[in-house]
Amino acid sequence: MSTAEITGGGRTPWLLAAPALLLFAGIVVVPIVMTVLLSFHDWGQYKGIETVITLKNWREIGTDSYFFEIFLRTFRIAVLVTAISVLIGTPEAYILNRMASPWRGLFLVIVLGPLLISVVARTLGWALLFGSTGLINVALVRLGIIASPMQFLFSETGVVIGLVHVLVPFVVISVWASLQRLDPQIENAAVSLGASGFRVLRRIVLPQVMPGILSGAIVVFTLAASAFATPAIIGGRRLKVVSTLAYDEFLNTLNWPLGAAVAVLLLIGLAAIIVGSNRLVERRYAQVFR
Amino acid sequence: MSRNGPAALAFHALFIAFILAPIVIVVAVAFTPEGYLSLPTNGLSLRWFRAIADYPEFVRAFRDSLWLAALSSSIAVLFAVPAALAVARYRFAGREAVLAFFMSPLMIPHVVLGIAFLRFFTTIGLGGTFIGLVLSHIVIVMPFALRLVLAASVGMDRAIEHAAIALGASPFTMFRRVTLPLILPGVVSGWVLAFITSFDDVTMTVFIASPSTITLPVRMFLYIQDNIDPLVTSVSAAMIFLTAIVMVALDRLYGLDRLFVGAGR
Repeated sequence: MSTAEITGGGRTPWLLAAPALLLFAGIVVVPIVMTVLLSFHDWGQYKGIETVITLKNWREIGTDSYFFEIFLRTFRIAVLVTAISVLIGTPEAYILNRMASPWRGLFLVIVLGPLLISVVARTLGWALLFGSTGLINVALVRLGIIASPMQFLFSETGVVIGLVHVLVPFVVISVWASLQRLDPQIENAAVSLGASGFRVLRRIVLPQVMPGILSGAIVVFTLAASAFATPAIIGGRRLKVVSTLAYDEFLNTLNWPLGAAVAVLLLIGLAAIIVGSNRLVERRYAQVFR
Repeated sequence: MSRNGPAALAFHALFIAFILAPIVIVVAVAFTPEGYLSLPTNGLSLRWFRAIADYPEFVRAFRDSLWLAALSSSIAVLFAVPAALAVARYRFAGREAVLAFFMSPLMIPHVVLGIAFLRFFTTIGLGGTFIGLVLSHIVIVMPFALRLVLAASVGMDRAIEHAAIALGASPFTMFRRVTLPLILPGVVSGWVLAFITSFDDVTMTVFIASPSTITLPVRMFLYIQDNIDPLVTSVSAAMIFLTAIVMVALDRLYGLDRLFVGAGR
């Protein structure tokens, strides 16, 4: 509490924050701890949940290749979604930033607005487009690009496309925010010193927006790895990812302890990736964070 | 700053088409006059919008969603305002940790939160209740409410508050007459963003909803799992129209870019 005296806070900030702190302790910490405990409990078809401590669920996840395959697929989808979102979101943010006033605001709303629309409604659109009689297949067949309708629905490609659509705005906004901090004079200086447009992009703009790209990528990765509605609707019941696996264990198989172990593993894995990549970003780009 | 070249504009057009495609298709199919999924090539019809009224499950879920979003975001704002003032005003030991704690629901995947709440509420006897839904939604909307109130409180000129106290105002009068009006845009935007976040959530809510207390997105999700027909497109289109109205209002009130900087669900 010694630093509090500097601004004369004393107990005041703690009193102000106390209601929210108590609420969160009760309905965030307790449920999470209970879930971790649940993952160590036993379960049987007829006996239900047994409150013993066992590593059974963890051993099952660790040894059964079924779980390994689902975790691997989730990771693969998340990596692909992140890569594509960065590759198309970054240039889009740059283009938006160079637009003139009325267009810039309008397109920013069009790009960011979908974040406010329910994921179910947006994914439904892709399900309609992807169907074998959907627009994409009809167009591709008519243009002679493919002979017979392609299977997007229930495929990993379909899930990746749907997730990129849901998550790419996070890259755009993150890069957009770091472009706002950019001093256009530096670009002008580079041009006046004879640098080509491409060189200015690569040597001046890109290094400065790199932290924005990386923080956007982290957000996209974590949301893609834990996405539920899009893989459930486009991927269907067969193409399972970690979230839909946990959902099935909880609401169909009713093996709650196993489902809890899957969820806790997802939480630990994502936390490790977030902490690890944040460290990397801060170390490499320490001078950019002021 | 130089202008965008033709290649850049072509890329931009493709990007915008990609963003709008699924939304436009849902809205278009919703106006079909046919009894099956199709684009309205033979004129527009509102039959599928009228059909929503004959499907009480959707109407009830919509009403429950509105109540849930309004209640949880209002309660979250009540908790967020004092907490934001504490973090914005005082440099106390543990300040960073307190802030990180309040933001933690953004870091925890919603599937994990859904599972944790399902276990928790079932254990304490709140399983499948509306109170349980409200409590869980307070948690997921709190970071959004807090962040916007915090941004408003940090930028505030405290000299005005000191003047109020010097002129004899009680701390409560000062808060009501000076502080609150000054941070009000942040509070209102925080409330609206919290409302939308609650209204849109599927992933967490799908675990804790029950047949008697269900939200509209979860109802739609479960419906789509069985079959996709024009009815669900008209419900989606109605949601998209509502969201668009709120979106324009939020953009005017606060600016969508500021709203989402650093956001992650």
